[in-house]
Amino acid sequence: MAAKTQLAPALGTGSPQPKRRRSYMAARSRVGYLLVLPAVAALAAIAIYPLVYNLVLSTRFDVLTEPGTGHFTGLANYKQMVTDPNFWGDLGRTGIFMVVSVTLEFVAGLILALIVHRQFKARGLVRASILIPWAIPTAVSALLWKMFFDIRSGFVDFALKALHLPGSQLVWFNSPTLAWVPIILSDMWKNTPFIALLLLAGLQTIPQEIYESARIDGANSWQAFWAITLPLLRPAIMVALIFRTLSAMLVFDTIFVMTGGGPGQSTEVVAYYDWYKYMVSLNFGFGAAVAVAITVLALILAAIYVRLLRQRGGFMA
Amino acid sequence: MKSRLGRTGFNALVAIIILYSLFPFYWVFKSSLESSFALNRQTSSIWPTQWTFVHYEAIFAVENFLRPLLNSMFVAGMATLLSVVLGSMAAYGLSRMPIKGKVPILGFILLVSFFPQIAMVGPLFLVFRHLHWLNTYQSLIIPYLILSLPITTWILTAFFSQIPADIEEAAMVDGATITQTITRVFAPIAMPGIFTAAILGFLLSWNDFLFALSFIQTPNMDTVPLALVNFRNAYYVHYGQIYAGVVIASLPIALIVLFLQKRIESGLTAGSVKG
Repeated sequence: MAAKTQLAPALGTGSPQPKRRRSYMAARSRVGYLLVLPAVAALAAIAIYPLVYNLVLSTRFDVLTEPGTGHFTGLANYKQMVTDPNFWGDLGRTGIFMVVSVTLEFVAGLILALIVHRQFKARGLVRASILIPWAIPTAVSALLWKMFFDIRSGFVDFALKALHLPGSQLVWFNSPTLAWVPIILSDMWKNTPFIALLLLAGLQTIPQEIYESARIDGANSWQAFWAITLPLLRPAIMVALIFRTLSAMLVFDTIFVMTGGGPGQSTEVVAYYDWYKYMVSLNFGFGAAVAVAITVLALILAAIYVRLLRQRGGFMA
Repeated sequence: MKSRLGRTGFNALVAIIILYSLFPFYWVFKSSLESSFALNRQTSSIWPTQWTFVHYEAIFAVENFLRPLLNSMFVAGMATLLSVVLGSMAAYGLSRMPIKGKVPILGFILLVSFFPQIAMVGPLFLVFRHLHWLNTYQSLIIPYLILSLPITTWILTAFFSQIPADIEEAAMVDGATITQTITRVFAPIAMPGIFTAAILGFLLSWNDFLFALSFIQTPNMDTVPLALVNFRNAYYVHYGQIYAGVVIASLPIALIVLFLQKRIESGLTAGSVKG
């Protein structure tokens, strides 16, 4: 640090001597690396190390309830995983949840972003009211919606009864299909605002003049939406979709809190499957094999994201 | 939007959005003030029928809910502090220093935020078990860095890059030391960005359920979401206490959002955090 201080004026006076300038730059870049190192090292230790550990663990028989029996089993865990119909069932349900929840959240988020992009009186209220659900922890949001659908004290039952609609006294969480309704509503409640905010930021980068010239050319607002808004919003849409798809693929908290995967296995998803193998069966070798599979799927999404960012011109787009 | 029909439709849509966002909170709040008798009855009403604060008293007196609140505040706070310190250092290096590999480093940090939390649970559990760290604060603070450090670093790098380097150079030309330059010139300008990064890092750590569920084993170490879910798993379901607990857990978050809305929004879009 002290050496740097003495060298500092060289920068301000525009490098009088090339040699000093070079050593100054070298010193600065050394300091730069030292500043970056702790964060990178911390992330590598907490994130990369478990991934490598999983790769090793997944080739072993390691069940905590049977201490001392750990041994190398090659690909046996993977074999067991791909032949387990429950794994494929959970993967399928995860896929359906991903498609349904992300589609609904995207459409709702887009509408929300278009609304908030306008100038109107209650705009600030809308922005604040959608951001609060986003900030509530997922597990708390799931609990809140579980109570909302509660048979005795919940609002849904109260409303259905008050409107004389069928479905009151329905135990939502006892039905393999209807149990998804509160799950999806809770997920939408928490995550739509995120999509809306990203899309709103995208909308704000579209110059207003384009719309004006389109209007002069006779385009109505519906045509302008399809011809201008959607294409120009594409980068923001892709970013929002990828982040949401990733977190929908890894959905856990909502499922754990609302249904625990039930009734039966009808709301069980792949992250829940993995958690159960790890923390309930204590079968760490098998859990690791599932974790490797989930990681590969997540990294495919990450690769797509990086590719998109490249197209947009650099990471700091 | 000139037609009357269009305007009515627009207003209706706005009303639906606000209702969908806020009405569940109202229902929970209303129910938290309702007596256990009323909650277990088969009929509800839109307004509390028998006002009572007994559930709030119970969650603090019986369930000791203050403890999870303090636990959550401590672990999320420490993780945020660490993230902001490490993240600011990294961001300063990335945005100010002539280092090679800036793009791969930022790419790596981004990649980490794509790593599935569930895939880390098993290995971290085994490591913490080996270190006798299960059921400790560090077993949460350390994993929370995965949640908050990537976003903090990204936001700070974006913010620091917008601060012109000339200001610091001018200070150094005027004879300020590097420490003075950073503390007196750079830090005051960078503070809003650091604050924004800290709020988001805090909210992301506060949001965690999976790590706490996996590494915490006794009620006195519960975080807020874990404690709330454990109310339900208890022998008898105290609806009123769950309602009151959800209110208490949501209130500080709602206040943070209301006061710091602009910052959170700018941080979210600057960092493109995962939700």
